[in-house]
Amino acid sequence: MSDEATTTDEPVISNCADTLRELDVFLDGELSDHQRAAIHHHLEGCMDCLGAFDFHAELKIVVAQKCNNDEMPPGLLGKIEQCFGTDLDGDGKIG
Amino acid sequence: MADQATFAEEAMQYAPQLYSGALRMTRNRSDAEDLVQETYLKGYRSYQTFSEGTNLRAWLFRIMTNTYINTYRAKQRRPDETELGEFEDLYLYKNLGALQDASVGRSAEESLMELLPDDEVKQALEDLPDNFRLPVILADVEGFSYKEIAEMLDIPIGTVMSRLHRGRKAMQKALHEFGLERGLIAAQTADEEREMSDT
Repeated sequence: MSDEATTTDEPVISNCADTLRELDVFLDGELSDHQRAAIHHHLEGCMDCLGAFDFHAELKIVVAQKCNNDEMPPGLLGKIEQCFGTDLDGDGKIG
Repeated sequence: MADQATFAEEAMQYAPQLYSGALRMTRNRSDAEDLVQETYLKGYRSYQTFSEGTNLRAWLFRIMTNTYINTYRAKQRRPDETELGEFEDLYLYKNLGALQDASVGRSAEESLMELLPDDEVKQALEDLPDNFRLPVILADVEGFSYKEIAEMLDIPIGTVMSRLHRGRKAMQKALHEFGLERGLIAAQTADEEREMSDT
């Protein structure tokens, strides 16, 4: 099936294998609108793929949150602010 | 023109993200602290070259990534290009199937958050070799696009995508193993294990 809206070199997404192949790129928000729509269409009718997509979407959130919650050392902000304005001789070193 | 006073005002808000990113890259607090400071100092000094309207956060991460690659990575003397083993797709998802059945009330939202301790998720990421770890940090922790990551690491977008794919799979394998060690995830039977590693 081809129609005018289908762009030339995009892979066709019509079954589970096609859909799962694009899982990463879909969750990364990097698919074209046309491909996104094809994935959504498949997921509406396929609980197996939907389960896999939901799991990985959740995992992505977990990784982002748990790897981005480190407490900064108390003096760090002060040290950074000290850099501003003190590197007067421009040698990349403070003082 | 972008002046340095503006930089001091605008850039500080990104310090916590830069510090977490630096910690995942260097894997130790003292190097991470140095790396963040160096990033700010370089940013401050070269802020004239920053064109307004571009993304300041991405610009800072680009400086930090380059600084890490050029200084800290060399210092750590780890092999530059490391290969990962091949694992099947959907590794963790498939292997948590048993757990899903066993754990009463694994409700979609909170379960993975509770199931995976912070330390294990950090460890699984930090254990990845550099060439996989950097793309995963930049994509999954910092949320940068393929194009931004390709520019930061100076590699083609296709390479970013394949390293993300394989790095994520290796992370999932590590998370599964941590879960097994804790006895939280029921061990597969020997047959199932063999089947899985045969791919």
